[in-house]
Amino acid sequence: MTMTEKILAAHCGKKEVVPGELINAKVDLVLANDITAPIAIKEFRAAGATKVFDQERIALIPDHFAPNKDIASAEQCNMLRQFSREHDLSLYFEVGRMGVEHALLPEQGLVVPGDVVIGADSHTCTYGGLGAFSTGVGSTDVAAAMITGEAWFKVPESMKFVYSGKPGRWVGGKDIILRTIGDIGVDGALYRAMEFTGEAISRLPMSGRLTVCNMAIEAGGKNGIIEPDEITEKYVAKRARRKYRFYKSDKKAAYVEVREYDLTGMEPQVACPHLPENVKPVSQLDAVNIDQSVVGSCTNGRIEDIREAAKVLKGHKVHPYVRMIVIPATQAVYKQSLKEGLIDVFVDAGAAFSTPTCGPCLGGHMGILASGEKAIATTNRNFVGRMGSPKSEVYLSNPAIAAASAVLGRIGRPEELK
Amino acid sequence: MKFKGTAWKFGADVDTDAIIPARYLNTSDPDELASHCMEDSTTPDFIKKMKRGDVIVAEKNFGCGSSREHAPIAIKTAGVSCVVAKSFARIFYRNAFNMGLPIFESPEAAAGISEGDEIEVDADAGVVRNLTTEKEFSVAPVPAFMQELLAAGGLMAYTKKKAGLA
Repeated sequence: MTMTEKILAAHCGKKEVVPGELINAKVDLVLANDITAPIAIKEFRAAGATKVFDQERIALIPDHFAPNKDIASAEQCNMLRQFSREHDLSLYFEVGRMGVEHALLPEQGLVVPGDVVIGADSHTCTYGGLGAFSTGVGSTDVAAAMITGEAWFKVPESMKFVYSGKPGRWVGGKDIILRTIGDIGVDGALYRAMEFTGEAISRLPMSGRLTVCNMAIEAGGKNGIIEPDEITEKYVAKRARRKYRFYKSDKKAAYVEVREYDLTGMEPQVACPHLPENVKPVSQLDAVNIDQSVVGSCTNGRIEDIREAAKVLKGHKVHPYVRMIVIPATQAVYKQSLKEGLIDVFVDAGAAFSTPTCGPCLGGHMGILASGEKAIATTNRNFVGRMGSPKSEVYLSNPAIAAASAVLGRIGRPEELK
Repeated sequence: MKFKGTAWKFGADVDTDAIIPARYLNTSDPDELASHCMEDSTTPDFIKKMKRGDVIVAEKNFGCGSSREHAPIAIKTAGVSCVVAKSFARIFYRNAFNMGLPIFESPEAAAGISEGDEIEVDADAGVVRNLTTEKEFSVAPVPAFMQELLAAGGLMAYTKKKAGLA
């Protein structure tokens, strides 16, 4: 069996599961945010439920439109707050203690290797970086799981992606996943598990692995997953709040497809409007002037990402025509940025440094684009209107490219900075 | 179940931001969501032009992107009777069944229907009929468990029964 199949089998009390099989699995954690939880809470109440299955396994995180951007958002966030108090949920995270959900939960050791996690947010697939099975679902799924602690799944077929070679400078998890989506397309892994492996993955720090799995959904994948190793052990040992287990794929596990990538010398990748599959190596882009550069999100808002952007930006000024917005994904990342003097780098360069929020990534707030404007962002989607006006454009990149572009005023590389 | 209506044609990879832009997600009120249905798509005035019972017909990967259930809610509340596509993104597919928006997978129908065609979908027979061109297409059968969900009245009705809340 593949590791995805093993984790699912262990959670439905079976020795073995096969792709295509429908199972009812126990979930280790159920997640929802301020956009998706209100519908789940309404459904929970409408069903006549009065008790949640486990008060310590439901995470409600207001992060999308929080801190409340308007009255309507304030009402939605308040629904999460009131529901959490009513049911005495231990995993509600208030502004000032919160973070972007998919950065916060691994950082706090609330999701661990071997878990089955569902979240009413498509980027729930992030935790595959830890060796967990995690997938995005809708609000109704969350409502049902809050009652039963279970969810139904069709066991996915697995696709294996093998990466070899040493890529060029400033290349990280973001570039690996963009290259992959550029290759297979936005439905190239539809309904499937994406298992990422190979020496280039083994070398990736946990932050990069989380980034790779985070964007599995942009290829249509059900989950992304990486085999746990020493890097995983080192990351989770000091954080895990629950017991964890490492699952590994059998040598003879069946894959519906195996794709190999030689990353030798690969340069940073950029996804052009309006789909994450429109990927080009950064040097092949024609001069694209930008109005905004965003560093942050569940994809690239971890401390390693903030450090990378600061390293590029240090000693430079943001271009006069550009607004650079840096958003650490969690309070811990914010504090670490403060401690390391990174916030000084951003402020001295003329960039804004924000409290954690999903904010502009989904066109929520904190950096909405006007018609005709272009942005480079370390976020995960560049659909029409994703960051604001339907007539704006978003290019996706890693933090180094986003920082270099902020200085240049056009999409470019750190090597071009004088 | 039978659905009859005029076809509204959309292309490939229609994402949930096109179906219901995030700027309207500060509410979960179905009518409010429906009033912005398909606003950032290739037919921004869809909600003004469509009639109750009309059918959305799309190419591959309909509903990709976010997990927002607001997308099928907006479509259903707008009065769209069902969605026929070459393929669906997985979370949209799951959400549609869970909340009761009928969807049908049929590459042949997606290719053989043009905007404005009169469509009839016979869910029990597994057939989409283009009444304008008098062509008939088969749809992918609904998996047994999904049929069970639909028969129970959606995931919550099914869960209520299971949890003894009914």
